[in-house]
Amino acid sequence: MSPKSTRKGHYLERDRSWHPEALTPNYKSSIYRSPSSKLISFPTTLSEETGPVFGHDILGSLDSDLIHNYARQGQAAIGSRIIIHGRLLDEFERPVPGALIEVWQANSGGRYRHKNETYLAALDPNFSGCGRTITDENGDYEFITIMPGPYPWPNGPNEWRPAHIHFSVFGNAFAQRLITQMYFEGDPLIQKCPIVATLNSLTAVKRLTGFLDMERTIPMDSLAYKFDITIRGKQQTVFENKPEGL
Amino acid sequence: MAIVKDEFKESPSQTAGPYVHIGCAPNFTGIKKIYSSDLGSAMKTGPVKGEQITIEGTIFDGTGAPLKDAMLEIWQADSDGLYNSPQETRGICDPNFTGWGRCAVNLNTGLFRFNTVKPGQTPAPNGTLQAPHISVWIVARGINVGLQTRAYFSDEKEHNSSDPILNQIGDSKRIKTLLAIRQKKGVYSFNIHLQGHNETVFFDI
Ligand SMILES: [Fe+2]
Repeated sequence: MSPKSTRKGHYLERDRSWHPEALTPNYKSSIYRSPSSKLISFPTTLSEETGPVFGHDILGSLDSDLIHNYARQGQAAIGSRIIIHGRLLDEFERPVPGALIEVWQANSGGRYRHKNETYLAALDPNFSGCGRTITDENGDYEFITIMPGPYPWPNGPNEWRPAHIHFSVFGNAFAQRLITQMYFEGDPLIQKCPIVATLNSLTAVKRLTGFLDMERTIPMDSLAYKFDITIRGKQQTVFENKPEGL
Repeated sequence: MAIVKDEFKESPSQTAGPYVHIGCAPNFTGIKKIYSSDLGSAMKTGPVKGEQITIEGTIFDGTGAPLKDAMLEIWQADSDGLYNSPQETRGICDPNFTGWGRCAVNLNTGLFRFNTVKPGQTPAPNGTLQAPHISVWIVARGINVGLQTRAYFSDEKEHNSSDPILNQIGDSKRIKTLLAIRQKKGVYSFNIHLQGHNETVFFDI
């Protein structure tokens, strides 16, 4: 049998020391929701190396424009206008086209539009916080939205989440399935957050930081943040990993 | 194993939190005017081949309470063991079967339910066949990295006994946590326990 992760088509193992541990007691919800047995590890099979295809035809014209996709005719969401953009790569630095990226976020006051949300900040009638897109042929994506507000949460007596956008990424294979969050460069709440602190290194925090991107701003219109995302890489051959299709 | 530098490693995971529905199942949480339907809510787009089945269950935390904010995704082969995926090279999957389902658990009860078909056998890396199974991925508040598990079938004893992954687990008590239990024809129950004496087997695949 070929060694782990070297057969063509296998996905690289997740580096579990790089991802958060399951049990992170300072993030209290993890205490009773973290499996305690060791994960059973085996090389990916066809069951993990395959996955559904999401065609661009599922997208509506405003799906990636959170300022307008829930707004009434002629109206817009309230908040600082921002562009979030970046490239989706795999661990061999190959762009991943055709991947589904779904996002959700609080409004500019830090309130979510959700049945279970109880925060007293006002709802914006023109904002849902929901968006999606599919990466283009270069693996690039872009959302237009408003700056989410920080919000309090009941993890401790006075805990606040830094401003963030939740990202769900679906590449070509079920093995690549990933959910994460993007934080904003310079936010002083990042270093106080127990969920951020589930990350094991400052490098990992940096990888989840969207950086102000003046080149992509639109003068007199929108600021821009760049957020590149990486999903698991597929071994091409035993000996080399050339970019696909280049 | 290939060494990947930190800047090219997979983006580290963060919890989906309790409001995953806003992004992944907006209609489910009352955000109705953006997408015509929630992705993955239907796995059949027309008449499908094979045995139609329902899989339903609940995810329990370490106190025995059901998770009410979780979302599950499943991925599986069709009744002939073929995947509806470009990476499938052995044949053509049933065109009316997507193989992919997404279900947010009921906000009041924690119950999930998938209407699907019983999958066929799929290849194992050592040239043998895997027992029929469904790949399952779970996210929720308090889960830092999406949990991967599998649902096998209680009425597939023979195939289960030769499945290479179940054999790797070995311990029959732990294997039992991966069995969707046949309740009646076409109905299976699959409960997931995050902790405790019958903690479900989770994989690093
Ligand atoms: Fe959040």
